[in-house]
Amino acid sequence: MTPEDIRKIAGLARLRLRDDEVAKIAAQFTGILGHLERLRAVPTDGVTPLDHPLPLTDVLRDDEPRAGLLQGEALAAAPDAKDGQFRVPRVMAE
Amino acid sequence: MSDDEGREDRGRNGHGPGRRTGAGLAGGESGSAPEFHELSARAIAAGVRSRTIAAADVAAHFLARIEKFNPSLNAFLHVNPRLTLAHARGVDAKVAAGHDPGPLAGVPVALKDNLCLRHMPATCASKILAGWMPPYDADAVARLVTAGAVPLGKTNLDEFAMGSSTENSAFGPTKNPWDPRLVPGGSSGGSAAAVAAGLATLAFGSDTGGSIRQPASLCGVHGMMGTYGRVSRRGLIAFGSSLDRIGPLARNVGDVALALEVMSGGDAGDATTVHRFGAEWAPELAGGRCTALDQDVRGLRVGVLRAADGVDAEVRGRCDDAVAAIRAAGATTVDVDLPAAEHAVAVYYLVAPSEASSNLARYDGVRFGYRSPLDDGRTQGSAPTASLDAMLAETRERGFGAEVKRRILLGTFALSAGYSEAFYEKALCVRRLIANDFARAFETCDVIVSPTSPFPAFAIGAKADDPLAMYLCDLFTIPASLAGLPATSSPVGATSSGLPVGLQIVAPALREDLVFRVAGELERTYGAAPLPEAYR
Repeated sequence: MTPEDIRKIAGLARLRLRDDEVAKIAAQFTGILGHLERLRAVPTDGVTPLDHPLPLTDVLRDDEPRAGLLQGEALAAAPDAKDGQFRVPRVMAE
Repeated sequence: MSDDEGREDRGRNGHGPGRRTGAGLAGGESGSAPEFHELSARAIAAGVRSRTIAAADVAAHFLARIEKFNPSLNAFLHVNPRLTLAHARGVDAKVAAGHDPGPLAGVPVALKDNLCLRHMPATCASKILAGWMPPYDADAVARLVTAGAVPLGKTNLDEFAMGSSTENSAFGPTKNPWDPRLVPGGSSGGSAAAVAAGLATLAFGSDTGGSIRQPASLCGVHGMMGTYGRVSRRGLIAFGSSLDRIGPLARNVGDVALALEVMSGGDAGDATTVHRFGAEWAPELAGGRCTALDQDVRGLRVGVLRAADGVDAEVRGRCDDAVAAIRAAGATTVDVDLPAAEHAVAVYYLVAPSEASSNLARYDGVRFGYRSPLDDGRTQGSAPTASLDAMLAETRERGFGAEVKRRILLGTFALSAGYSEAFYEKALCVRRLIANDFARAFETCDVIVSPTSPFPAFAIGAKADDPLAMYLCDLFTIPASLAGLPATSSPVGATSSGLPVGLQIVAPALREDLVFRVAGELERTYGAAPLPEAYR
């Protein structure tokens, strides 16, 4: 794992990292991935991936209206809100 | 600890550390009557329901203990005495009006700070959620409160439940009640320490790869996770959704069984809950008794996991003693092997971070939680001049701690184009092999036992700079997490230096009753978990 690799992943995850963090994480990832890469040696031909521990399928609830959060409750914890909406910094460059 | 309000409230009530107790409820002990923190949840509930004791007195007693002991222990992040006493008085009022408050009437409970309870913060021990107040109760918490439980406060954890020591908290580490130089384990370290020190009768944690069982082991208490799907995850702040489970911690196994039964049930708010259970452990909720606990282990086939490398000799010794005790009580033992489980830690550290990287994408500084003020000189001015992208990246940089960032990056990598087949999908295939190993092992035995943790509590700081060494703490607990199976850690004595050791008991899906039969036998051998000297 190079510092460039770490920066690329951090960009995908919308995480900004300081230069010293990048170097430290790159070194730690080399050790961690070394352990994780042992999985490659396990034969898994024909094995169905297990993405969930229970064999549940198509669990549906009745399609009935239910109470949810009111607008005020949903906005109450927002760092910035205006006119009943979440307010964010500008999205597009000028 | 944020003591939100009501410090004067406590003074006004004048409840010091109680000498008033539920005499006779602990089972005919001679000498001085037990104090409230020495009673089981069932004894407290019985006393409150019969008006022998008042829930408000019990609550005040525990609030006083928290005030006395928490500054050094740091088990609780938030308490709100006014809210706690209001809950307790509500329980007493119900009893006075002739109504039954439920099987947990007046039982003081502590909640890990990733469980939502209205009117209390839920921070996940992260700066990114500091001060956030959830607008609803977790399903499991609502069930506890409906059953009469009295919430005392919110307990410390590794940030977003990522860790095995409760050192990765934005609000400082929790200490182990048996030795303040040591970690309590994690990530539910605050809940384990609170119960171990008698600051709560019951505590609740979440377990993704061992986060209830490992701290229970290191603090010398019982900690249980039911089958995946038995307890709704609604209102548990998500980490790894195919792994996360809520469960109880207590100093005796009967309280664990009762609490788990109360929390269980299908929930339309969590599509992964099981609506129809298979084998029940059949407690009579009215009496709070779990019948499986009264059965002995005669005829039970106990699988003993093949010894792994790197297990502390004393831990191995205590666990061998426990297995001998179970055998002496009439169980048969058989050696079992889970060959694919040697890869469990690797599987877990691909699956859990992958799910976490997705779940934690919601922390964006827009809808709730922390938003970076963008005032550090790199970006002049307030929101209108900054860009959304810059705000987002900086909010996450400042809001998340090092371990959370590491896991988000690991998961993002494991899911990224070109790598997901080799890492994430491979991990899911090996996860299947581990589940298959359990299924094969359960053809020859009813439960599987092993040490919960390879070693007893370790020094604060000892593994802080070595993430891989920390990950290997969960060697024994991760396999049952991956397979969705019920598992508990039961205390089985201590090392020569007095540190608790726990035995893990794993059963097939929805067979919690088998776990309780073995745990009940161990409790007959070892007694209920003792309080450390300093907290008696």
